Amino acid sequence: MAGVAGSEATTISAAELTERLAPILAEYAGKDGAVISLLQDVQEEFGFLEPSAMTDVADALDLPVSHLYGVASFYSQFYFEPRGKNVVKVCTGTACHIRGAPAIQARLEEQLGIGPGETTADLKFTLETVNCVGCCALAPVVSINDRVLNRREQRKLKGWIQTERAEEPTSQEGAS
Amino acid sequence: MKRLRSVAALEKLRKSLEKERTTGTEVRVCCGTGCRAAGADEVRQAFVDEIEQVGLDATVTTSGCQGLCQRGPLVAVESQGLFHLGVDPSDVGPIVDLTLQRGRPIDRLLHHTTEGEAIPWRDDLPFYQKQERVILRNCGRIEPTDIQDAIRAGAYAGLSKVLRGMVPEAVIEEIKASGLRGRGGAGFPTGRKWEGCRAQPDGPKYVICNGDEGDPGAFMDRSVLEGDPHSVIEGMIIAAYAIGDVSEGFIYVRAEYPLAVENLTIAIAQAEEIGLLGKKILGSGLNFRISIKKGAGAFVCGESTALMYSIEGSRGMPRQTPPRSVERGLWARPTVLNNVKTFALVPVILSHGADWFSKIGTEGSKGTQVFALTGKIRNTGLVEVPMGITINELVYEIGGGTMDDIPCKAVQIGGPSGGCIPKDLFDTPIDFDSLQDVGAMMGSGGLVVMDETDCMVSIARYFLAFTQQESCGKCTPCRVGTYRMLEIMDRIVEGQGEPEDLERLQELGEWIQETALCALGKSAPNPILTTIRHFRDEYEAHVIEKRCPAGVCYSPGRYRIVEAECLLCGLCQDVCEDDAVRESRAQYRIDPELCIGCGKCKAICPAEAIVIEAEELEEAEAEVTV
Repeated sequence: MAGVAGSEATTISAAELTERLAPILAEYAGKDGAVISLLQDVQEEFGFLEPSAMTDVADALDLPVSHLYGVASFYSQFYFEPRGKNVVKVCTGTACHIRGAPAIQARLEEQLGIGPGETTADLKFTLETVNCVGCCALAPVVSINDRVLNRREQRKLKGWIQTERAEEPTSQEGAS
Repeated sequence: MKRLRSVAALEKLRKSLEKERTTGTEVRVCCGTGCRAAGADEVRQAFVDEIEQVGLDATVTTSGCQGLCQRGPLVAVESQGLFHLGVDPSDVGPIVDLTLQRGRPIDRLLHHTTEGEAIPWRDDLPFYQKQERVILRNCGRIEPTDIQDAIRAGAYAGLSKVLRGMVPEAVIEEIKASGLRGRGGAGFPTGRKWEGCRAQPDGPKYVICNGDEGDPGAFMDRSVLEGDPHSVIEGMIIAAYAIGDVSEGFIYVRAEYPLAVENLTIAIAQAEEIGLLGKKILGSGLNFRISIKKGAGAFVCGESTALMYSIEGSRGMPRQTPPRSVERGLWARPTVLNNVKTFALVPVILSHGADWFSKIGTEGSKGTQVFALTGKIRNTGLVEVPMGITINELVYEIGGGTMDDIPCKAVQIGGPSGGCIPKDLFDTPIDFDSLQDVGAMMGSGGLVVMDETDCMVSIARYFLAFTQQESCGKCTPCRVGTYRMLEIMDRIVEGQGEPEDLERLQELGEWIQETALCALGKSAPNPILTTIRHFRDEYEAHVIEKRCPAGVCYSPGRYRIVEAECLLCGLCQDVCEDDAVRESRAQYRIDPELCIGCGKCKAICPAEAIVIEAEELEEAEAEVTV
């Protein structure tokens, strides 16, 4: 899991932050045990757990921010740093493991130049491992932005990475 | 949809739905996660377009998992029961033209026996013949996002029966009489759990469905939640009625299952709309609502006490029991937590009766169990079999044997907490107690098949690495003990092991089994201990002879075809799913960029011409040739 990084310089203004957080905070106001659901929504809004958003949420819930980080850091689906435009996930479930996932992971690490849980400096790729996506018939499985690739697409992965890398920022998304 | 105010209104609706059942042809496209990944959505759309264009009287429906994931996308043409496999959008035209209009199946899309005979009917497929679909009764047969389709297929009939005149105690007696044991792994009798919670004096009480299916290689619960969410909702309503003082329930779903969350959300909303959830259910005095809680990625949350802390919004760490959850569970209130499959069984037990259910299965393990068959097996998929079936039947008759006919070595049952069972014990019946006797456990239903190219030591290390990483860190035996075991295993797979390591692993493993706080910690050493028990020779080869019999350990290395030995038969090229074997000028070579090291080519090569070389060696060779 990525470490807790509070040093990320935020580019979001305080006013924008309040505005984007308001509907989320309103939805969970007064509900018991909503911390995890609330953080999930915050992450969906900002792409990761934005440090200043965490502070605001803690204030709104009247909880120490350390409590929120304590909860969030326990779960692998919370991210403390911005993630890449393309999240490439290698399934490391049992079926994938015995059908060659370690080799695929090693190859992707080499091609992307990052380890699992890391994001490239240009914010184009994040490489992650997932315990099982449940498409064991297609093992070994790779997904891009939660879409599982079929065999044909998987073979073209290297070319796709090169194309994506060469593209100018803010172009269209997804693999074909 | 109109709100139903009585049981009679529900049954009347069911009757009218049965009557209006379309007599025309129905094309049912499997849109479970497996088939979707294989392109089912495009196939479905192609059917819709083609049928509209031709102007045919046929409906296109989607269903949850139909089971045979390996051959997806699956398309069933009802009511004939014709079953096409591996359908591509380009096949849709011929299917509409020949099958729908002239009743002729497309031969190349059918299942073929090894003798080459085509089997057009789903129920005649060997994959389905030995199955008994009770939990999966509607999975793959109904449109999961349409409550009317579910009701037509019999959903909420168990609830009807309960509300028509069974007192809560009678419901619990019926569940007890059926012999139902929890399907989450431990196999605790469900009726006794409910009874224990009902006996607690003070409410409010809670009902929780555990859908945090974290075992890698397991997708049983997901398939039920995706394909037949109403069976789970109905089971929970019945539990709420039987336990009493329950007005709120939760379904905890694993974060990686977006489709399950989506279908459940729709199902809950539809059930609320027609009065099957909410206040005064079907006009009775029962008030009950269900919320979905999405997990955030922690394997340990599959443990019941940890799951409850997670619902409360805390770190999901298990606690010491007793007090058991039926006494002090969610928010310190009495709580019943059952697995998805357990809840899905409850309605049929009530509608068909405890006698009917207890006739299926064995003396100590009644009913059926769902397995996700995965790994090196020909028919990867979702199967449901009566308890007591042997591993042989499951692997060879239903699963179709191993891929590429490489001999089978073992199966791993029960996920990372389970154990590995060697081939010579494949006549072991699958039930709670027999599996325990051979050192494995039923678990939630993951079954991974391994063949001769797999190294059991490396597999055991894989499972331990998983549980070690997922250890919540609360108790020392699990946090430190599994870490120490993993260090030893790492040494062994890297060729640095010592003969004494086996005793160290066993001693440490037994300590952890006895002293860890929760069931997950206690069972973490199982994969290591069962592999030492059943595959000791492989461990000894690693620690004494410093070799890996399967050729997996000591850096995977690169596969290479030795030209002088190669017979040019091309079998390696045929088995390679990654197109890594390239042919040029009467010579085969393996492209290291594409090879994933699965070992299939090496296993099938009749001339033993394929070797695994350490990377360093290859580099040294390269220098010499330059």
